[in-house]
Amino acid sequence: MGGDPGTEVDLDDLYQQVIVDHSRRPRNFRELANATGSGEGHNPFCGDRVTVYLKVDERTVADISFLGRGCAICTASASMMTESVKGKSIKEVEAMFGRFHAMLTDADADGRDNEALDKLVVFEGVSRFPVRVKCATLPWHTMKAALGSNDQITTTEDPP
Amino acid sequence: MSQTSTVDRDAKSGPFDVERVRRDFPALHQKVHGRDLVYLDSAATSQKPQSVIDAVTRYYTEDNANVHRGLHALSERATASYESARQKVCRFIHAAETHEIVFVRGATDGINLLAQSYGRSRLKPGDEVLITHMEHHSNIVPWQIVCEQTGAVLRVAPIDDRGELVMGEFERLLTDRTRIVAASHVSNALGTINPVEHMVELAHRAGAIVLLDGAQAVAHGSVDVQSIDCDAYVLSGHKMFGPTGVGVLYGKTSLLEQMPPYQSGGDMIKSVSFQKTTYNDLPYRFEAGTPNIAGVVGLGAAVDYLEALDTGAVRAHEDDLLEAATEGLSQVAGLRLIGTAARKASVVSFVLDDIHPHDIGTILDGMGIAVRTGHHCAQPVMEHFDVPATVRASMAMYNTRQDVDALVQALSKVREVFA
Repeated sequence: MGGDPGTEVDLDDLYQQVIVDHSRRPRNFRELANATGSGEGHNPFCGDRVTVYLKVDERTVADISFLGRGCAICTASASMMTESVKGKSIKEVEAMFGRFHAMLTDADADGRDNEALDKLVVFEGVSRFPVRVKCATLPWHTMKAALGSNDQITTTEDPP
Repeated sequence: MSQTSTVDRDAKSGPFDVERVRRDFPALHQKVHGRDLVYLDSAATSQKPQSVIDAVTRYYTEDNANVHRGLHALSERATASYESARQKVCRFIHAAETHEIVFVRGATDGINLLAQSYGRSRLKPGDEVLITHMEHHSNIVPWQIVCEQTGAVLRVAPIDDRGELVMGEFERLLTDRTRIVAASHVSNALGTINPVEHMVELAHRAGAIVLLDGAQAVAHGSVDVQSIDCDAYVLSGHKMFGPTGVGVLYGKTSLLEQMPPYQSGGDMIKSVSFQKTTYNDLPYRFEAGTPNIAGVVGLGAAVDYLEALDTGAVRAHEDDLLEAATEGLSQVAGLRLIGTAARKASVVSFVLDDIHPHDIGTILDGMGIAVRTGHHCAQPVMEHFDVPATVRASMAMYNTRQDVDALVQALSKVREVFA
C-alpha cells in the first residue's frame, strides 16, 4: 500500500460507493452469444480471473460483456469498462485505456485527461494502492487482447 | 500447539509474560497508516528479536571472515560461531549427531536437495512418492519434477472437510511401491498438525523414507526428530524468529551417507584433481560454496532465544490465542473458517461472505492489521475448499488477545464497506 506508513489511508477513497455497487452487481456480466472475439485474463497474485467477450462491428465495439471471479476492484473495473467502451470505436477505446492506465500508474500525470474518462475517474484512488493497480487494469489488458485475438490468455505478470 | 511425545516440555515454569516478549521485538512497535501495528502474519515470516538482529550485526562488525578456510583469528571466530549454531540446531530438534544438520537456504531448498539428491538417484520408473493434499507448493513441485525425471509416480493422500489428513487413505496409498513420503508437520494454509509419528510408523512399515516439512512447526517450539523417527526434516530460519535465506535439512546419518552431492563447488570436497574428486564428509558435502554465515549465526541466536523461553508456557499462550481467535471469528456473521482440525497451530484461515480476501486484506492493512491473503502457495487446498483464496491470520508468541480483538472488530468494518 502506498503513502507514508505513518499517515492514515482513506479506504473510502479506494472503495467508493460506485465501485462497491459495481462489484456487488456487475453490469454486462454474461457470455456474449455472437461474440467476434474473447480473451481470458489472470492475475496469479489475487487469483482474479476474467473473460471478456466482444462483438466488433465496423471497427466499433458493438457489444461487450464479461464473466469471472475476482476482487471488488477487478470486478468493478470490468463492469464499468463494459459500460464505458460500448458503442465506441476501437481507436477511442484504445485512447481511453491509455488515459485509464496513465491515471493509475503515472505519478507525473497531471489529471488533465481524466475528464475524458468520465465515470472511470472513481478508480483514481487505486493509484495510491500500488499492489491493487493490476486488479483494475487486468480487465482492460484482457479486453485489448480480445480485440486482437480470440484465444489469448492475459496475465498481469506478463502484460501484453 | 498441543503436541505429545514430540514436545520437549520444559521444567521451567511461571506465567508467560507476553509484554516482556514483545519488548524484544523492535518491529512490533510501530504505527502503520496511523495505527498501532497488529502483526498477524508470522506464518509468512516471523518478526526478529533484538538478540538475533544484534548477532547478525556483531558477526559483520567483528567476526566477518570465510568459514572452514583461513587460519587467521577472524576466520576461526566465524567458523566457531557457524559450527556452534549447528550444535544449537542439533539440540533444538533433538538430532543424534551435529553432522546430521545441513545448512541450506530454507525449507524449500532442503526439499529440493533431498528430491534431487536422494530422489533422483533412487527412484525408478513405477516407484511412488506420496505427498498430502495440504502441502505447500514447495513440497509438491520438487516431487513432480523428480517424478518426471525418473518415471516415478506422484500420489496424493486426501484431506477431509476439516482439513485433516484422511489416515485410512494415507495408509491405503502406502504400498511396496512407495519409496518416499513427503508431508508437512503443520499445514501453512490450515494450521493442521499432522499425526507425524503415526505417519512415519506406517511409512516405515511400507519401506518408505519420510521427509517432514517443519517450516510451520518450529516457530511453536522445539521438535524431537528422533522421537518422531522421520528420516529427514526441513525448516526455515525466518519462520522461527531467525534471518531470511537460511534453513536446515536434517537427515539421519544413514540417509545422508547414501546421498550423492546436490550442488558442487568449494567446501564440499576433500581433494580435487582433473582425474578425480573426493567429496567431503557430512554435512559439508552438501554445503557447497560460501554459506550464509551471518544467517546461520542469526539462526543460532534465534534458537538461543527460543530455548530461553518456557516452551510449555509459549504453547499454552498460543493455544489460548487460537481459542480466542476461533471463538471471536465464529461470532462474525458470514464468516467461514477454513481448516478446523482437532489439532491446530495458532493459524486461522477464513473467508467472509463473498468478499474477496484481497479486499479484506487491503481494508485490514488500512487499519494497521497485517494478515496474509491469497492462496498461501497451497492452491490444491483452496480447490478442496472451493475458494479462490482465504484470509489467514497467524499468531506467534508475541501476539496478544488485544490483537485478536482488533482483527475481529476490524472485520465488522469490512462488512460495513461491502454492505
